[in-house]
Amino acid sequence: MNKDSKFEILRLASAILISIFITFIVIFFVSEEPLRAIEKLMVGPLQSVRTFGNVIELMTPLMFTGTGMLILFSTKAFNLSADGAFHLGGLAAAVVAIKAILPMGIHPLVAILFAGVVGALIALIPLLIKYKTGANEFVVSLMLNYVCVLFASFLVLYFFKDVSQGTFASLPFQKTVSLGTLFPGTRIHAGFLVAILVVILAELILNRTTIGYKIRITGDNGAYAKYAGFNTLKIILISQIIGGFICGIGGGIEVLGMYSRFTWQKSMDFGWDGVIISILAKNRPKYIPIAAFFLAYLRMGAYVMATATDVQNEIIYVAQGIIIILIIGEKFLGKVRENMLYKAAKTKLEEEAV
Amino acid sequence: MENFEMILSAAFIYSVIRLTTPIIFATLSAIISSKCGVTNIATEGMMLTTALSSAIISAKTQSVAMALCSAALIGALIGGLFILVTDKLKSNPVITGLSFNTIASGGTVFALWLFTGDKGASTSLNSLKAPQIEIPLLKEIPILGEILSNHNVLTYLAFVCVLLMSILLYKTSLGLRIRAVGENEEAAKSVGIHTTRIKVISLLISGAMSGLGGAFMSMGYLSWFSTNMVAGRGFIGLAAEAMGGGMPGGGLFMSLLFGFADALSNTLQTMVSIPAELIQMIPYLSTIAGLALISWLTRRKIQKRKMSGKYV
Repeated sequence: MNKDSKFEILRLASAILISIFITFIVIFFVSEEPLRAIEKLMVGPLQSVRTFGNVIELMTPLMFTGTGMLILFSTKAFNLSADGAFHLGGLAAAVVAIKAILPMGIHPLVAILFAGVVGALIALIPLLIKYKTGANEFVVSLMLNYVCVLFASFLVLYFFKDVSQGTFASLPFQKTVSLGTLFPGTRIHAGFLVAILVVILAELILNRTTIGYKIRITGDNGAYAKYAGFNTLKIILISQIIGGFICGIGGGIEVLGMYSRFTWQKSMDFGWDGVIISILAKNRPKYIPIAAFFLAYLRMGAYVMATATDVQNEIIYVAQGIIIILIIGEKFLGKVRENMLYKAAKTKLEEEAV
Repeated sequence: MENFEMILSAAFIYSVIRLTTPIIFATLSAIISSKCGVTNIATEGMMLTTALSSAIISAKTQSVAMALCSAALIGALIGGLFILVTDKLKSNPVITGLSFNTIASGGTVFALWLFTGDKGASTSLNSLKAPQIEIPLLKEIPILGEILSNHNVLTYLAFVCVLLMSILLYKTSLGLRIRAVGENEEAAKSVGIHTTRIKVISLLISGAMSGLGGAFMSMGYLSWFSTNMVAGRGFIGLAAEAMGGGMPGGGLFMSLLFGFADALSNTLQTMVSIPAELIQMIPYLSTIAGLALISWLTRRKIQKRKMSGKYV
């Protein structure tokens, strides 16, 4: 292991420890039973098969939006439409699940692919608008997320609503669209395996294919890529299609795997989590499962804590924000890094002197 | 035809001005931070935080002035923290802003629950609304009075702030320095401008603007705080800043357009014929359309200038 990755791990660990420490302080201030709350937060997910299963269930959509966001960001396009792509992807899969009559096995496949196509189209919009008009893709994508959620609600309420349900819910999905259960006692479904597969494919695409190479070069140095004769616009658009597709199938799989009707009236915020996951994974797909597991574990711990004690789970969003701010801070622990480099250089000099 | 009249009525124009208020504050917040070269997308989170703080503080102190001052102060503190993090830790400002927003959206729910035991709205708090002000003489004028008088004190303050922002940025030496830092930080440094200090001042003001915008949400727009009530207005402020060319006057004009979209969406919702979800999209879709249109026009203008050989 070289000095750089050692330092990165140290930084990551410090960021996490600092934010968890701040969380503990807050818990001590607000809770009547702080120690029990902290215990639940830290080991709560391990208390039963069901709660640990929940961690894995939550990990699945996080892996999709994390990988999707990573690829959306990979060409330095600030496109945050992962949330909208995920949401409408979910709706697209739900529509196929309600309306289409297809055999077992084929049915979920069609639904998920349709979700991916919808996701890809959504993620493409901000960059197409940028290309045509020069408008900032970032603001457009933020606005687009609101539009997607409202549009999905509109479609459900006017075309697929189940009037027998008191709350916001679509008609039930057909039985043929189920993703099954991998482990009894949990709701972990086949989508988890698809998520792992997507992570592997993303790692391969980015590191072992020509288009992946071009995407990385364009992201590292757009001017150089252009100079080298790459069609950077095409490369950026392709990266958005892939990223959006992954977010879309993520939404589709989440809907089919965890629900029997479409019930998302608000954004599930998995797109935002995708930003966090991709940063935690240091933009390498192979680290996405670890980052997703970490975040899912933290979230689940917070839920267990909230149900068992008087501390609410939203505290974890504060911790999450602090972790990210510290990790992306280039100068965070800058002094330590300088010292490490200095020491390394010194020992090297001494070795050479001997 | 009836619908058309409804949109042209004095009551409608009154509501445009009312709904423009938080967007003006968000736009001013975006203007001063981008003038000094910092992309501040934490506006959304700042507004949400002070929307909650002013509901709580006005309920605890029973003083509107206290609530408004604290909102400006808390906003400024967040702005200061933002520049501290981005400048000292060299964090990417966009992702830092997103993180601030994440913290605000989770943190406000957490704090709301601590104070009220509720995770949705602060209706159980006995919080205050900022007063509405009747303007003497003006209120006597038939239609104009109906439109311009009897607004929330923050609405008038927003318009005053646009003026003050113009003066600050274009008529004072501080404004000149802020713009110099934004144009070229190294050059500004070379002539002895303390760039970090200028950025901190700008972000404190930016935060205070967002803070007042947030206060309007829970003390004018509604008289309580509800979860995620800012609903993208901070982001719309960013769009209005970009579309207004970074000028306070242009920003005000664009804010009014968004206020119009918001009011239109509210008014149309009272009519049953069109689905509410489609109507609620209007503010967001018009932001996309407006931003695209203005960017396209600007780009064409620059291209034309280049074609005619004049460089800018």
